[in-house]
Amino acid sequence: MPRTINTNATSLHSEAVSTDEPKDLTGFSCPVPLPARERILLGHGSGGRLSADLLRQIFLPALGNPILDRLDDQAVVSLNGIRLAVTTDSFVVKPLFFRGGNIGSLAVHGTINDLAMGGAEPLWLSAAFILEEGLPLEILKRVVDSMQEAAASAGVQIITGDTKVVEKGSADGLFINTTGIGRVRDGVSLSASNARPGDAILVSGFLGDHGIAILAEREGLRFETQVDSDSAPLHDLVAHLLAGTREIRCLRDPTRGGLSSTLNEIAAGSRVGMELDETAVPVREEVRGACEMLGLDPLYVANEGKLVGIVAPSAAQDALRALRNHPLGKDAAIIGRVNAEHPRMVVMRTLLGTTRIVDMLAGDQLPRIC
Amino acid sequence: MKYLDEYRDARIARALAAEIRRCSSRPWVLMEICGGQTHTLMRYGIDELLRGSVELVHGPGCPVCVTPLELIDRAINLARRREVTLVSYGDMLRVPGSDTDLFHLKAEGGDVRIVYSPTDAVNLARSLPERKVVFFAIGFETTAPAHAMAVLQAERLGLNNFSLLVSHVLVPPAIRSLLRSPKNRVQGFIAPGHVCTVVGCRDYEELVSEFRVPIVVGGFEPVDLLEAIRMLVIQLEAGRTELENQYVRSVQYEGNRPAQAAVARVFEAADRKWRGIGSIPKSGLFLKPEYAAFDAERIFNLHDICAQEPPECISAEVLLGHKKPTDCTAFGNRCTPDKPLGAPMVSSEGACAAYYQYKRHLVTL
Amino acid sequence: MCLAIPGKVAVIEEKDGIRTGRVQFGGITRQACLDFVPEAQEGDYVMVHVGFAISVVDKEEAERTYALLESMGLLADELESDGTAPAES
Repeated sequence: MPRTINTNATSLHSEAVSTDEPKDLTGFSCPVPLPARERILLGHGSGGRLSADLLRQIFLPALGNPILDRLDDQAVVSLNGIRLAVTTDSFVVKPLFFRGGNIGSLAVHGTINDLAMGGAEPLWLSAAFILEEGLPLEILKRVVDSMQEAAASAGVQIITGDTKVVEKGSADGLFINTTGIGRVRDGVSLSASNARPGDAILVSGFLGDHGIAILAEREGLRFETQVDSDSAPLHDLVAHLLAGTREIRCLRDPTRGGLSSTLNEIAAGSRVGMELDETAVPVREEVRGACEMLGLDPLYVANEGKLVGIVAPSAAQDALRALRNHPLGKDAAIIGRVNAEHPRMVVMRTLLGTTRIVDMLAGDQLPRIC
Repeated sequence: MKYLDEYRDARIARALAAEIRRCSSRPWVLMEICGGQTHTLMRYGIDELLRGSVELVHGPGCPVCVTPLELIDRAINLARRREVTLVSYGDMLRVPGSDTDLFHLKAEGGDVRIVYSPTDAVNLARSLPERKVVFFAIGFETTAPAHAMAVLQAERLGLNNFSLLVSHVLVPPAIRSLLRSPKNRVQGFIAPGHVCTVVGCRDYEELVSEFRVPIVVGGFEPVDLLEAIRMLVIQLEAGRTELENQYVRSVQYEGNRPAQAAVARVFEAADRKWRGIGSIPKSGLFLKPEYAAFDAERIFNLHDICAQEPPECISAEVLLGHKKPTDCTAFGNRCTPDKPLGAPMVSSEGACAAYYQYKRHLVTL
Repeated sequence: MCLAIPGKVAVIEEKDGIRTGRVQFGGITRQACLDFVPEAQEGDYVMVHVGFAISVVDKEEAERTYALLESMGLLADELESDGTAPAES
């Protein structure tokens, strides 16, 4: 349905005819054309439905192979009987520095976590930097020092790297790309296609800390908070969990897109349904306050130091105990169950006892006033 | 959180729902006017709790949904200009204009920024004297005072690079229009509690007298809405038609005088087009001529930009409560939040989006 | 429309000639303009919309109406456990 742009000058002020007639609105149909999406949007990086579309439409058709097609956070390859996990990630966070970390520590922790979610022991990282012309060296030094600190405390080494510089205006200061290599533990096979009806859904602690810590520093939205990003390496927590029970189906860290995206991905990957209990989902008071103010749902807010675990029902209590005995898992909780009722759909029992869908976001969640 | 959590108490909510079911002798048709109320009803499944006793139809209380197409086009036109920084609430970014939206424009390199408060927009203008900062000022009566203050502050600071692109709509004229339609099925209304916090209850009292229909001013949490519904059902069962106030902790009959004064100083009411509905008399706020220096439409000569409103889609019928989102043949297939055909599917509190996001598993498509 | 939430006025200040409050919402704090609520005092709760307080929460009214709601909730509970009321769906 073509749109014509009217060149007659009119304004909203002086509409020709505005009568008090009641509106007769029978017999309409909706002729608006579907917007053609030919460019990358910010939403394509947000971990939600647009990101999934990009994979399906561009990357998988071109690059697909059995390993890639599994779409886990890490790829597991075998070499002479040793299973290695390989992962890659890019870090583009703005602002570069925030409460609880910076882009450097985030890069190290994030890469380690991708390996850890595959049950791998992280060993080595690479780090490639894209720097904006004009970036103060002092900033770069702080970031790199943080990376070394984070790597050293986690027991991994950054063994190779690269640096490129782009013209002013191209890179928001600094981007980091990493590759991580780890060794998969024997007998461990974690995957988003493993979830089965009856499995328990666990989270390792409070949700939404990272996203809120970042938003608090964003121009236009600033507010005062004590909330720190929860950015942390989770490989030790995973080791504890696996020592507690081996009946873990899947582990994921709910980063961009929040808990909701992660659960929807697993539900789709395993072709199962999920039901959450709203009263069981742990969210800090400050994060709730920020979400209420900005009109955000904590289920969609990013985390950088939490994991979601899908666990066999008989092992749920052991898993919970193992998590809670670790400093990074002390607020762990069982928040729901996998079921066979509504495959690929995640629903939540609200605090009123009614049911709502926890949908996959189309793009980024935006603050709202309405 | 005090004054929030208590109004989400499950026990009280269920008791109210039971009371409503007990009192209603037939399924009364009620409308909640405000999109924020729609959001709560959907998100907490309150329609589920009341099935059979009350039918909830959703009103045109979504300023995002009803912002005219050409205004989106004008915002996009501004954001395309090199010297302009377009500042907006998050709500407006994804609303489709004639051929694109602000989110796409951001991707193409347009300087589009999101803020929480109009004060942030004023501060941005102060810190960027070389940019022309235009604030996309949308909303109902609730937000108008804040926008008025932004203009007054900019004036006090002597800013010459700050302006508003105004899209303010007033609720009562739309409700009047709805009530006068022969197709109207709504028997009682929940009036928007934050609008009434600002403007008071008089407008709604007038609607009660003119149309002999019960109206209860309601809040936004589940207990508030259930209580307001209960009050309406009690009136309807008794054949009463009165204005009542459920949201007493925030709403006074006179409203907020200083806020009203600020609005009266800066804005004036005039006829205004509602997207998908058409023009409703005296239903919009516009900047007064003495504030022309802050009126983006005048400064940037936007009056030439018009859009042919397509033959109205069912958005209009949904907005006025004649149809449900699920009555639309495109709902959930051709029209989803990813590829919205109309504004009620885009706005987080548009009825279509709320239905899609929270409830579609109950719908047979 | 109109996302407004209740917050506690912690500190009242004057900024650029505008009466501003530092308002707490469940643990986070943000500035809000108090020009529309000249009667607001530190310790009061205000409804804040886009960074502007639009009303002072009326504590007495809130308490009075809430007490009624609470008793309704309690009563429903009792009836339920008595088995004298139909089961909640």
